[in-house]
Amino acid sequence: MQENETEKEAGSFIAEMSSSDDNGYLTFTLGDEEYGIDILTVQEIRGYDAVTTIANMPDFIKGVINLRGIIVPIVDMRIKFSLGDVTYDEMTVVIILNVADRVVGMVVDGVSDVISLNESQIKEAPEFGSVLDTQYLKGLGVVDERMLILIDIENLMTSKEMALVETLAE
Amino acid sequence: MSIDMQQFNAVFFEEVAEHLANMESLLLDIDVASPNIDDLNAVFRAAHSIKGGAGIFGFDDMTEVTHILETLLDRLRKEELTLTSEMIDAFLQAGDILAEQKEVHQEGGELVDEDKIKSVCRLLETLSSDDGEKAEEPNEIPQNVVKKDKSISFLAPVDDDITSLFEELSQFGQLTSHSEVTDNMKIWLLQLNDCSATDEELIDSISFLAEPDSIKIDGVSRGDQAESFGFFDEQEEGDSSEENFGFFDDDKESQEVIEKKEEPQESFGFFEDESPKEKKAAESKQIASKEVVETEQGFGLFEDEKSAVKEKPSDIDPRPYGFLDGREEENVKPTAKPKKEVVKRTTNKPASTGETSIRVNTEKVDQLINQVGELVITQAMLMQISTELDVSEHDVLLNRLTQLERNTRDLQESVMSIRMMPISFVFGRFPRVVRDLSSKLKKKIELRMVGDETELDKGLVEQLADPLTHLIRNSIDHGIEMPEHRIANGKPETGTITLFAFYEGGNVVINITDDGAGLNREKILDKAKERGLDVSDSMSDNDVYQLIFSAGFSTADQVTDVSGRGVGMDVVKRNIHGMGGQVDIHSEAGIGSTISIRLPLTLAILDGMSISVAGQIFIIPLTLISESLQPLAEDIKSINGKGAVVKVRGEYIPLVALHKLFNIDTEITQASDGILVLLESNNKKIALLVDQLEGQQQVVLKSLETNFHAIPCISGATIMGDGTVALILDVAGLISESD
Repeated sequence: MQENETEKEAGSFIAEMSSSDDNGYLTFTLGDEEYGIDILTVQEIRGYDAVTTIANMPDFIKGVINLRGIIVPIVDMRIKFSLGDVTYDEMTVVIILNVADRVVGMVVDGVSDVISLNESQIKEAPEFGSVLDTQYLKGLGVVDERMLILIDIENLMTSKEMALVETLAE
Repeated sequence: MSIDMQQFNAVFFEEVAEHLANMESLLLDIDVASPNIDDLNAVFRAAHSIKGGAGIFGFDDMTEVTHILETLLDRLRKEELTLTSEMIDAFLQAGDILAEQKEVHQEGGELVDEDKIKSVCRLLETLSSDDGEKAEEPNEIPQNVVKKDKSISFLAPVDDDITSLFEELSQFGQLTSHSEVTDNMKIWLLQLNDCSATDEELIDSISFLAEPDSIKIDGVSRGDQAESFGFFDEQEEGDSSEENFGFFDDDKESQEVIEKKEEPQESFGFFEDESPKEKKAAESKQIASKEVVETEQGFGLFEDEKSAVKEKPSDIDPRPYGFLDGREEENVKPTAKPKKEVVKRTTNKPASTGETSIRVNTEKVDQLINQVGELVITQAMLMQISTELDVSEHDVLLNRLTQLERNTRDLQESVMSIRMMPISFVFGRFPRVVRDLSSKLKKKIELRMVGDETELDKGLVEQLADPLTHLIRNSIDHGIEMPEHRIANGKPETGTITLFAFYEGGNVVINITDDGAGLNREKILDKAKERGLDVSDSMSDNDVYQLIFSAGFSTADQVTDVSGRGVGMDVVKRNIHGMGGQVDIHSEAGIGSTISIRLPLTLAILDGMSISVAGQIFIIPLTLISESLQPLAEDIKSINGKGAVVKVRGEYIPLVALHKLFNIDTEITQASDGILVLLESNNKKIALLVDQLEGQQQVVLKSLETNFHAIPCISGATIMGDGTVALILDVAGLISESD
C-alpha cells in the first residue's frame, strides 16, 4: 500500500515538475539522517525478500534478487555507512534505482516522501559531517525545519567504493 | 522529405541487405548455359529496387553502381546478350560493392575504395557494351554510334556545382564549356569533341546530376554549333496545356509553370518508378515535336525525323526507353516492351508481399521470454499453494489450475521457439564462399548442404558464421586436392564438401565433411616438433589431429591470403567452446576428413544439476559433470595439510569444497559426509564437495553482468521455480581455482 501511494505521488509530482525549474527528490532515512535522491533515478520501491547471497562479497552487498526476470544486486546502505539498525523484516524497504543503465536495489531504514526543491533551497555541502564523501553529495536541501543530504546517487552507485560496477570492482 | 530521414534510412538499409542477399542467391543458382528469364528478371528487380531507394535517399554512389548493373541486366533479360560466367562474377562483385557502400552509409567509416568501384563499373560497362554494338536491337542504340562532336546543353540553377558533371562528361571526349545566365537559371553549353559515346550513354552518365529532360544533346558537327543553341528559340505560346512544359521556352512564366507541374512527380516517380519519367519524356516529345518544325536541326534527345512528329503529339503512353529513339519505325517496339514490363511488375509485387515473417527487435523477444518465465513461476507458485487445498472441495479450481499449467507450458515453448532460427541463415553464405575460393584456387568443388532447416538459438546462429566459414575455407584450401591430383588418385574430379546439420539429444551437431586428402599425420607431427610442442610419434591419431587446434599452428607451406597464417583453428575451437560446444575431428588419409561441431540448442537454456550447500542452491552445467559419488573416508588424502585429493578408481583427483570456497557455514565439512561431484573441463578434473544433490533441471541462463559484475567461479544466474535466484557455477573457474 505504501508503495503504491509513493509511486502515485511520484507520478503526479513529475508531471508537476515538468513545468517548473524545481527538482524532485525522494527522501529516505538512514539512522538519524535524512537523505534525498533524484526522483528520476528511482524505478520502484519494494520489500526485502528472497535475496540470494553471493560468496566473498563485501558485507554490504547482500546478494541478488529476481526482479521480474531481471537479476538485480542489492546493497544495504545501513551496513555500508554504519547507520541504523540492520534488521530485515516486512518493514525493510528496498529502493530500486535505475542508474547508469543498470538496475540496483538499495536497502534503507525507511522512505519518507517526495519533495521538490528549487535552487535556492539547496546549499553547498559542508566538507564534513556526513559519512559520505563530498564527491557523492549534491548539497544540502533545506525544507522548513528539515535538512536533507542530497546524494548524487548515480555517481555513488558506480563508484569503486560500492563495488557494483565491473571496471572499478577489481 | 527531410522529416526524420533516419527512420526511413534504416528501412532502406534493411531492404538493400535483403535485395542483395536475394540477388546473390539468384545469381549463384543461375545456370549460365541456359539462364531462366524469370531469375534474371528477379535479379533486375532487386537491382532496380536498390537503385530506386538509393536515389530517393540520395546515396548517389549506390545509384551509380546499380545503374550500370541494371543496364547490363536489362540487356540480358531482353535476351540481347548471352549470359557468361564473367558477368555473374561481375554482378557478384558489384553486389559486394553495394553491400560495402550500404555499410558505409549505415555505419559511417571509411569510404569504399573508388578504384574498386570504378574497376567493377568498367567491367560491367564493357560487358554490356561489348556485344552492344553487335546486337541488332536498334532501340538500344540511338543513331550516333560513331565518334562525333556533340553539343550538350542544359539548365541548372546558377549556384549549382556542376564540376562533377564535367568530370563525368570529360571521360567521353574533349570537353569545352561556356554558360549563359538567364532568369536565375544558368544555361550550360558544352561542346564535347570526339565523343565516342551514344547520346543515351551521355544522358545516363549525367542523369544523376541533371534531369534528363533538361539536357539536350545534339550530334552536330562543329560548324553547326550555333544551331544547336536553337532550342531557346522563341516559340509560340501554345494553346494546348501540354505546351506549358516547353521549358526550352525563354518565357519565364512558362518556366515556372513547368517547375510547379513537375514537382509532384519528382517527389516519388523520378527516382522510384520509371513511369512518371516516361510521362515526362512523352510530354517532352510533344513539345519537341512542335519545335522540330522550327528547328529543323533536331536534337538527339528527341525525334530526328519529321515523320515521327506527326504521330507523336497525341501519344502520351509511358515509354521508358523510347524517348531516345531516333527513328520513328523503331519507336513501335520500345512502347510495346515497356508496357509488358509494367504489367509484369504489377503481377510480381503481390507475390513478394506474401512474406509471412515480421521483423522484431531481439530485445522485445527477450523481454517476452522473461515475462513468460515470470508467468511460469507464478503458475508454479499457485500449483504449490493448491496442493494444500482439499481436492473434493476445490476440484473445479484445481482443474483450472492444471489447465493453466498446460497453457503456460505451451506458451513458454512457443515463445522460446521465437528465438530459434534455421541454420540456413549461416549456411546460405557458403555457396558464395565455395564458389569464390574454388575458382581462385582453380579447384572444382561442389557444396552440399543437408539439414539446413535445423533450428537453433539466434545468438548461436550468428556466432557460428565465423568458425564455420573458417572450417570451410580450410576444407577448400587444405582438404580438397587439385583436379588433376584427384583424377590421378582415382577420385572424381570435383570434390565435395558436405555441411550436415542435425539434432542429437539436446544438441545440434554440424558436420563439415570433405572428400579430400584428409589430415596428414606426419606433416602435423613434423610441424608440431618444429614448433617445439610436446609430441611423440606414438600419439593416437585423434591426439595428433587435436594439435591443429593449437594457436599458431599451420601445415601450409606457404602463407597465402586463403590460409597458412595459423590463426584460425584455435580461434574456431575457442569460439565453439565459448558457445558451450565442442569440436571433434575425424580424418582418414586419402578419403577425407570430418569436423564435427556439437552445440547446445540454445544459449539461453542450460541442462543443469542443482546442488545445495547449507540450503543454498547452485547449478552445475550437466554436460560438465562426469559422475557423482559418496567417497569413503580412506579415499581422501590430504596433501601437506593444504589441499586434498580423492582417489577414484585409482586416479587421484583434487578436491574442492564448495562451502570453503564460498565461505558458507554448513554442517557437512567432511567429504565422506557429503557428495562429491566430479567435474571435467579442458581435460582437467576436480571433485567438488557439496552437501547434497537436489535434482536435474533445465534452467534459463541470466547474466549477472547486466546489472552487476562478473564473480569468480560463477558463470551466471538463473531463476528457480519458486522465484528465487540460484547461481550457476563456472566449472572452468573452479578447476583453475584448484590449481
